[in-house]
Amino acid sequence: MPAAESGVKSESEQGFVYLPLIAGWLVPGAGHFLLRKWYRGALLAASIVGMFAMGIVMQGKLHTNPHDILDILSLAGDLGNGLLYVVSRIAGLGAEHVQVTTADYGTRFIVVAGLLNVIAAVDAHNLRTGRKS
Amino acid sequence: MTHFAAVLLFALFASTVFGITQRETPQRMVRYGAYCFVLFAGSAIALSWLMFLIAR
Repeated sequence: MPAAESGVKSESEQGFVYLPLIAGWLVPGAGHFLLRKWYRGALLAASIVGMFAMGIVMQGKLHTNPHDILDILSLAGDLGNGLLYVVSRIAGLGAEHVQVTTADYGTRFIVVAGLLNVIAAVDAHNLRTGRKS
Repeated sequence: MTHFAAVLLFALFASTVFGITQRETPQRMVRYGAYCFVLFAGSAIALSWLMFLIAR
């Protein structure tokens, strides 16, 4: 008799179902690490942290006080970085104003890193629920 | 860092995440990631040439 029919739950079916989603959002790749997807988690973490770090190095702006709809959308993207955003804000990283062309690129790098992190966290959730193998 | 290097880095990072999250098997992840990378970088080069020709 299969394990599912006998009522025995596999390891991935136990515990809080949203834990990989939340962990993956807070720390890039952590959701996959929780599910023992080591290589996927490491590649995702390297890509997302790398993109965020490049954005900071290029003097990209971390959005704080949104004044219009584009700023609000950019802030939402920034918040996708989870603890990276919080730690960077506390450490005072990121430029206050965009003054050079590369800083504009850096700002986009930071926003896109946040959006990619959300995609990765949702992927971890799908792995956790069995929607993806 | 040059603008083209920034484009290549952006394409590399984004296509890595797309490949891992949008496909299920490792082989298909690599193929889809490479496909996305070529599309990102290729479209940036094509649009750059288009803007160069328009500006002349």
